Amino acid sequence: MEEPLDLIRLSIDERVYVKCRGKRELRGKLHAYDQHLNMILGDVEETVTSTEVDEETDEEIVKKQTRKVGMLFVRGDIVVLVSPPLRTG
Amino acid sequence: MIFLSFFKTLVGKEIAVELKNDVVLTGTLHSVDQYLNVKLMNVQIINPEKYPQLTALQNCFVRGSVVRYIQIPPEHVDTELLQDAARKENAPASAASSSAN
Repeated sequence: MEEPLDLIRLSIDERVYVKCRGKRELRGKLHAYDQHLNMILGDVEETVTSTEVDEETDEEIVKKQTRKVGMLFVRGDIVVLVSPPLRTG
Repeated sequence: MIFLSFFKTLVGKEIAVELKNDVVLTGTLHSVDQYLNVKLMNVQIINPEKYPQLTALQNCFVRGSVVRYIQIPPEHVDTELLQDAARKENAPASAASSSAN
């Protein structure tokens, strides 16, 4: 029986893209996960996107903040999607 | 239960817990349970200017459900062991038990 989580099982030890709640995106090597999509990622790059409205021009300014974390446990309830191995950074 | 076992191996190590309200607590992991509630000792708040009410904390219990991330010192993690455990934990039903049909 094939199930959706099989896709993630095959991504163990590969770099994955994880989209989270709160406009957060993670890229890192998948070391472990469970049925809740709790995960442990290694060499993680987190990108947080925020928007501000320019007072004068009323234009939206998109800000991206990135940071790197060596080893990160991610709680499954914030995970929106997981995409298998990235060939690009 | 893979993460419960994993966090039990980290008891006594320094971790940073980032909550869903952006508070970051660092401290020594004292204990963890099945809900991934954690108890931290010698807590320090990373952004005290933002949360002055929390600076008096020394030890605290954190409900698992409010955690967003936990940063772990990579040198305390055996990634191969972790990956093998994850493969085993998430093994297809057919491999896990032959009685299932």
